[in-house]
Amino acid sequence: MTAPRTEFSWLRYYRAGARIGFQRDIQYRTMTFVFLLAFLIEPIIYLAVWQNVAVSQGGSVGGYSAAALAAYYITWTLVRVFNLAFDPYAWEWRIQRGRLNDFLSMPIHPFHRDFSFFIGGKVVWTALWLPVAAVLTLIFRPEFNLSLFNVLAFGVAIWGGFAVRFILLYLMGLANFWTTRASAVFGVVIAGELLLSGRLVPLSLMPEWVDSLATWLPFKWTFQFPIEVLIGRLDSAAVWSGLGAQLLWAGGMGIALWWGWKKAIVKYAAVGG
Amino acid sequence: MANPIEVEGLTKTFKVPVRDTGMKESVRSLFRRDFKEVRAVEDITFQLTPGEIVGFLGPNGAGKTTTIKMLTGLLHPSTGDARVLGYQPWQRDRDLLRRISLVMGQRNNLAWDLPALDSFALNQAIYGIPDEDFRFRQAKYIETLDLGELVTKPVRNLSLGERMKMEIVGALLHGPEVLFLDEPTIGLDVTMQRRLRNFVLEYNRETGATVLLTSHYMADVVALARRVIVIDRGAILFDGPLTSLADRFSAHKKLTIEAADLPEDVSRWGRVLERTPFRVVLEVARESVSTVAAQMLSEATVTDLSIEEPPLEDVIDRVFTRASDDRAKN
Repeated sequence: MTAPRTEFSWLRYYRAGARIGFQRDIQYRTMTFVFLLAFLIEPIIYLAVWQNVAVSQGGSVGGYSAAALAAYYITWTLVRVFNLAFDPYAWEWRIQRGRLNDFLSMPIHPFHRDFSFFIGGKVVWTALWLPVAAVLTLIFRPEFNLSLFNVLAFGVAIWGGFAVRFILLYLMGLANFWTTRASAVFGVVIAGELLLSGRLVPLSLMPEWVDSLATWLPFKWTFQFPIEVLIGRLDSAAVWSGLGAQLLWAGGMGIALWWGWKKAIVKYAAVGG
Repeated sequence: MANPIEVEGLTKTFKVPVRDTGMKESVRSLFRRDFKEVRAVEDITFQLTPGEIVGFLGPNGAGKTTTIKMLTGLLHPSTGDARVLGYQPWQRDRDLLRRISLVMGQRNNLAWDLPALDSFALNQAIYGIPDEDFRFRQAKYIETLDLGELVTKPVRNLSLGERMKMEIVGALLHGPEVLFLDEPTIGLDVTMQRRLRNFVLEYNRETGATVLLTSHYMADVVALARRVIVIDRGAILFDGPLTSLADRFSAHKKLTIEAADLPEDVSRWGRVLERTPFRVVLEVARESVSTVAAQMLSEATVTDLSIEEPPLEDVIDRVFTRASDDRAKN
């Protein structure tokens, strides 16, 4: 028999993968909405605490007014939605249940499969986020310093943050190829991310050395950077250098992932059927 | 044309951590871990010719799935070599992966929450199937397997048999030249097993695809394969025509005779398996079958006589029993 004809294109593949991600998440829109509401608990606590601190300190803390903090944490919720990625704990499940075998038998890297599915899911999550953001805006009265440049740059930065975090978590997931019990390590990294990304609190409220350290790690570029771009706390030079940092992190970790995958796949034991 | 599957001295060894039970051993394992090497596949060599369907048989843990995983690029071998369509499978060349398919029973490659049609569309993009081919094959397979009303239901709402049919359709849409079927009918009822077998057979006849099949259901093997490879503890015990398997491993055949005047004592002809007044089933030594049959015909008014090979399950069981006995002797 002759080899089957193929008309593969990456664009076509990503469109199909994103469509599946979209359909899957819209199928469970109520569950997605409940997840979204659960996400809100975290930033609302942070916001309430820091707004009180700002008021008690005469109206601002770490250069943030109460209204600026509201803008920070409302944007936080959208960035959090975009930051959702295939987490390393799921790798453990995927390998133990043999699901990875199914993906590996196909001529597409599981990374592209997952990445495209998550891209599709973002559309659903963002649509569900809009009414939530409207309610939060009415309650907390945020103050944005919007410009066309900020909005456009935010559009790039939020996807850049997603790409960096997705690749980072994927890279961590590779540990599962060496051991099927790698969860403990992930806990440490996730804790580091909480402190050094601007997720817990804007980094300008942390000691200066923490802020400096965060500049040299990937976490800040996935979280605080896109938020600050939108709320207008960065000048254009800082925006461009931040986008450059995202590109460097995504590219560097992408190369590490490519190399790590080649090593990991040799170690793969294909357990679970 | 080169053989689509060539396997040469393939070996796979797993390093498995071991420790005794008890507190003391648990603590000791924190500081020193012991490993033992388990040979899942040991120096196997075989080839499949174009269009051939081969049954790959063996008990649980024999090394069948490990071999298939190496041939589909999921596992790297410890030593040895293999080529599938000319490629070393564990290099995971995209061109090879586009031309083969792996179906594992009771596994789900389709998006669980969506209708199978959506997964088929995804497969079209993954494999780059041209629109015309995709539409033609999808319509044809859906019709052949009578899936018309099911393809729009979410996969999670389908029965196991319906899901397996969808899995097979999804696995064949890109027109694979080599098909690896690992227990494709496991857990299915007899009717569903038969439909899937017929579908695979039809695909093989129409496309000339080569098929390597593992199954614990001998009906699958008998219906599909003319040749079988029997593997146990990682080593090949038999590779040849299915018909020769019984010749080599079973010393007996089954004779069934129906006659109005059956002699009282028929045990001189062989071991009596069943006896009614007018019918007897005997197990007869293979080399004595013709002699016994002639004697029966001369001594009784025979109305029906049949000579059968023993069931394949029994033959396979004998193969493994003999291998186990040989190991015990050594």
